[in-house]
Amino acid sequence: MNLIGEKISYKPDEQFHLNDVSFNFKKGNLYTILGRTLSGKTTLLKTIAGLLNPDQGSISFEEKDFIKIPVWERNVAMVYQQFINYPHLNVYQNITFPLEQRKLSPEQIKKDVDEALKTVGLVGFENRKIQELSGGQQQRVALARSLAKKAKILLLDEPLVNLDYKLREQLREEFKRIFSEGLSQDTILIYSTTDPQEVMELNGEVIVLDEGKVLQKGPAKEIFENPSNLKVAEISNDPPMNVLKGSKNSKNLNFENISLEIPKHFKNLQDKDYNFGIRASEIKLDENGEEFEIELAEISGSETLLHLKRGNSKIIALIEEVMNFKIHEKVKINFNANKFYAFGEDEKLVSSPYGGTNG
Amino acid sequence: MSKLYTFLKYFFITFWTVFVVAPFLWAVSTSFKDFQSVNSKVTYIPWLDFEPTLEGWRVLIKSPAKGGVDIVEPYFNSIFVTCTASLISIVLGTLAAYALSRFTFKAGFVRNNDITFFFISQRIMPPIVLSIPFFIFLSTIGLLDSLLGLVVVYIVLLMPIAVWIMVDFFNRVPKELDETALIDGCNPYQAFYKVVLPNSIPGLIVAGMFCIIFGWIDFFFAFILTFTEVQLLPVKVVALNSSITPWWSLSASALVSVAPLIIVAFIVERYLSKGNLSGALK
Repeated sequence: MNLIGEKISYKPDEQFHLNDVSFNFKKGNLYTILGRTLSGKTTLLKTIAGLLNPDQGSISFEEKDFIKIPVWERNVAMVYQQFINYPHLNVYQNITFPLEQRKLSPEQIKKDVDEALKTVGLVGFENRKIQELSGGQQQRVALARSLAKKAKILLLDEPLVNLDYKLREQLREEFKRIFSEGLSQDTILIYSTTDPQEVMELNGEVIVLDEGKVLQKGPAKEIFENPSNLKVAEISNDPPMNVLKGSKNSKNLNFENISLEIPKHFKNLQDKDYNFGIRASEIKLDENGEEFEIELAEISGSETLLHLKRGNSKIIALIEEVMNFKIHEKVKINFNANKFYAFGEDEKLVSSPYGGTNG
Repeated sequence: MSKLYTFLKYFFITFWTVFVVAPFLWAVSTSFKDFQSVNSKVTYIPWLDFEPTLEGWRVLIKSPAKGGVDIVEPYFNSIFVTCTASLISIVLGTLAAYALSRFTFKAGFVRNNDITFFFISQRIMPPIVLSIPFFIFLSTIGLLDSLLGLVVVYIVLLMPIAVWIMVDFFNRVPKELDETALIDGCNPYQAFYKVVLPNSIPGLIVAGMFCIIFGWIDFFFAFILTFTEVQLLPVKVVALNSSITPWWSLSASALVSVAPLIIVAFIVERYLSKGNLSGALK
């Protein structure tokens, strides 16, 4: 009864857009696909929708070969990152369009549309033209159309990426509510995004995609706590996890002429070279800390992002207050050694503060 | 600075308006004159400068047997040929343009852009280059001097315009719109006529207008490919110019022949500003 993809590859030109992707999506669950731009998220969603045919591999749904079913008979719904609605129809007609296409009775259509409008908070906007709506409202219409269809597979392709910061926050909150109330246990929801924070908030099963390849699968918490390699650690953190090339000996962790005491979870680690990972939020300003040079200071909302440099290492520190820094100024910082990750020279996770290892 | 700009703006607009409208007014005035009023001295305003007469207009609908020139039949011939050829060009051209915009064609080294260029290249050649092939072609299939033959030739001339305008238009309609239609349960044909076409009305109007204008004003092919059986309006109007030029009926027929274009332009202008696709993609 699941949506199962096996060894899907898609290579329209020189590069793989999807490379040996397999998945098993169960009904009633939320799946998030996390990856950077051009990592193959949209391609994967389009393949599931049937807009693209993979070169290799198979997709089956409810024990049927999905690839043989044309798009218009698959009964999937998709929301694009661009706000795609039918410009020649008004809001109400936009939402009824797929239902009329399926020849449902007028009473059923009215009931479904009213319900969808209520869910996305667009009651009263029925007769508006699409062009008269704001970006956030346009995206709500697209979402309402997808919800009203009651499709068994609902695909959302970076639905919030083109919205401004505030609307994104607001709609993200609503998405969580809509996903928990508005969907039946029969639906598979697949949500793609570049934003790690969205992944954590939606808290579903995560697939980390990069260059068309699946890097890691697992619950959001697992991806956050134990990223299986450096790439996942970079993709699943915003700002990306800092990487410091260094080594461990019997007494200390060493990198860039800095020696730190060995944290507890590294006690059993072999003495050799590692890529140490530390999140931007685990770095604090500290008078007794190590000296770094400021390359750039970004203020975003109530936080300051400090781009720091020392030797060959560049790191980003997240300071939870707004402060003015001068470029090329020296600051002293301290690392929270208990939150250090160790990745081997092959970039695989060796030790994490949450106990995960890769062997 | 801005005052000077405003002054210059209105000065040139006024100048240009006079430049464009004056010949029309001159033709209107002339169409009400007789031999005497045209040839004696320069006159402008009816009743004041000269005694107006409707003779120039009357001649147009009189049959040749009664000394008239009868442009009624050529008029309807022109309307029929222009409308039929434009309609077929728009229908075929729109379908071709949609295919060229949405699907990828490969045949040897030929790609979509090459096919589009092939269509446009039909208009690059001077018409005279095409005249002999068209003449031989029509005489071989026995359509010389017939309305159907003219329709065929005009489709060849007008379809490139339709394809060219519509390819450009469809390229600006986001592909995601078609895809959403497919996902929402339309098969590809339904996606085209239920979603893409209703959003392409401004493009269709522009393409239609160009086809009608180019079809209506063509003199060259109408002149070469017809003799006695069929006559189109531009040829008939020019043929009025015999040993003694009847300026009055020439003016009248010229006015009658531009009238449809003026009407089309006024209707279309209102629709052009209406439709836009801004809601589809931000």
